Amino acid sequence: MADLTTYRDAVSDGLARELRRDPSVVLLGEDIGAAGGVFKTTVGLFEEFGADRVWDTPISEQAIMGAAMGAAMTGMRPVAEIMFSDFLACCWDYLANEIPKARYMTGGQVSVPMVVRTANGGGLGFGAQHSQSVENWAFTVPGLKIVAPSTPADVVGLMASAIRSDDPVVFFEHKGLFASKGEAAPPEHVVPLGEARVARPGDDVTVVALAATVPLALAAAEQLVEDGISVEVIDLRCLVPLDMATVLGSLERTSRLVVVEENPYQGGWGATVASIVADEGFELLDAPVRRVAGENVPLPFADALEERVIPTTGKLVEAVRRLASY
Amino acid sequence: MTQEAGSATRVATATLLDWLEQMAVIRGTEKAAHDLFMRGLVKGTTHLAAGHEAIAVGASAALRPDDYVFATYRGHHHAIARGASPEGCLAELMQRSTGVCRAKGGSMHLTRADHGMLGSYAIVGAHLPMANGAAWSARLRGTSQVAVAFFGDGATNIGAFHEALNLAAVWKLAVVFVCENNRYMEYTPIASVTSVPNPAADRAAANGMPGVLVDGNDVVAVHEAMATAVDRARAGDGPTVLEALTYRHFGHSRTDPATYRPAAEVEEWLARDPLILARRRLAEWGVPQADVDAVEARAADTVAAASRAAQDAPPADPEDAFTDVWADGGWAWRT
Ligand SMILES: Cc1ncc(C[n+]2csc(CCOP(=O)(O)OP(=O)(O)O)c2C)c(N)n1
Ligand SMILES: [Mg+2]
Repeated sequence: MADLTTYRDAVSDGLARELRRDPSVVLLGEDIGAAGGVFKTTVGLFEEFGADRVWDTPISEQAIMGAAMGAAMTGMRPVAEIMFSDFLACCWDYLANEIPKARYMTGGQVSVPMVVRTANGGGLGFGAQHSQSVENWAFTVPGLKIVAPSTPADVVGLMASAIRSDDPVVFFEHKGLFASKGEAAPPEHVVPLGEARVARPGDDVTVVALAATVPLALAAAEQLVEDGISVEVIDLRCLVPLDMATVLGSLERTSRLVVVEENPYQGGWGATVASIVADEGFELLDAPVRRVAGENVPLPFADALEERVIPTTGKLVEAVRRLASY
Repeated sequence: MTQEAGSATRVATATLLDWLEQMAVIRGTEKAAHDLFMRGLVKGTTHLAAGHEAIAVGASAALRPDDYVFATYRGHHHAIARGASPEGCLAELMQRSTGVCRAKGGSMHLTRADHGMLGSYAIVGAHLPMANGAAWSARLRGTSQVAVAFFGDGATNIGAFHEALNLAAVWKLAVVFVCENNRYMEYTPIASVTSVPNPAADRAAANGMPGVLVDGNDVVAVHEAMATAVDRARAGDGPTVLEALTYRHFGHSRTDPATYRPAAEVEEWLARDPLILARRRLAEWGVPQADVDAVEARAADTVAAASRAAQDAPPADPEDAFTDVWADGGWAWRT
């Protein structure tokens, strides 16, 4: 049996591997040094690599993003942590206007090889300003690569690709997954950006998932065995590059698609997946495309309310059953 | 507390002649940009820096070729001072494929990265934190490069300015924050919306760094004040805020007639044109008028040739819209 590790420890492992490999990798963020990060995702890094590689910052999200950008433009590979993804709004200019546009608007003169790591998503009862799933914010901006791993091994492998990428990457770590366990990444583990993973093969319905909706989809698939429905679960891993070839390939066999996304239905990434399938996979379909997404309300605090508005295994099972009956 | 930079010391005559020529090239390029705009050959917008030349030329002269510069949408003067050709700049404004950013940037984003001019940014204040990053990177890489952010008076009231100053001081970064205080934001006087008289320099003390006022129309004074700040930064003693007082000769952008500025104020500042001040100083130093005329004639020729070449250059290639999104040169976002 392979070694098991947590998603949380995989984050620091992934960072440590790249810090060891490449002296131009440097970390900055709030409380990431001796404190080890508010989610304990940088534990041990300050001790191993020291204050020259792991930098505590003031609570200045714009200064953090700008410093990472300026350093990236001048030969470093900074990894900036924005504590909660909700706080991306405080430095949104950098993700919306600066980082993704610098190469383009200078006609290719400038490169911004940086990573923004951030804790995303709900399920922990942190309330409306600390629980949103905002991967769709980044998805509105051409020029950003977007990663959202679902397993510890993928955290490590995708972190390696993100840090080595010469393009800017937003790396969403899901808060609800930090304590989850999975196989540890082997040495030198690298997962290329933009290659989806078939997390569970199946024949009847394709479920496209990302980050925390992957284990949710796997649980639903397991339940649906009793109904005699064979579900294929695709873990997108990245929103950009978006691996639609794997999705369309799966639909050639299943002819049925459910997208399960934690960000709100309104403007959620599943809409883009659905629209590509409508454009390019219409003939493959035997049923309408369904989206199980966050409801269009701010994230509420109480468990019972939060459950109501984020995707759950029960909601996904229901959606798949209805689709399978077509 | 805010300090006033001392009176300018003497530089070599040849140096001041060279600075005058550079300022004349910038002035000529800005006038050409204005004329081309009026003729409909420049689309979109321009924010001309005529009047601000001494800041770009004096400050650049205090920098090493490998130092970093970040500028704003009013940045033609910084691009040229850091080696972007007037032809490349005018071509960019006229949407030619030979533009410095291959016609993907435009007037507000002139860049000459191979000369350390890492871009012109049009979100007010956004580039101050980037200059910190470049200085931080220099420290991490063990070089002694300095980074400079040039920005307007209006940028001193945005959060990024305050975040940047604090971080630069805390990390003791080799940065110089140069405010080009031209007394106005777009159409509103900075004094009417700012809590302190000197919007940049007076904020320096709160962040534990020197704040220095300098006559931004006197190229020799700018150079001297900048050299002091750059030496301090390079020595590892931390950042400085340099507030250079100046005035723009055109309106804020495009065809803005700037009627919100009192006539007497305009007159007073036009009399303090940085080119006039440089010429006057050369005369005081006994430099023959013919020498001054010669460099100005050469500058005029440079600009005329640049304008002609830019107008003759081929238009932007529409397919270039799909290059330079990613490091591989392309724009693919999905399989
Ligand atoms: C964040 C942001 N807010 C508003 C604007 C619109 N805007 C463009 S230039 C400008 C005035 C800036 O004034 P100042 O910093 O003094 O620079 P100047 O134009 O005088 O050189 C404004 C408000 C902007 N580009 N960015
Ligand atoms: Mg101004």
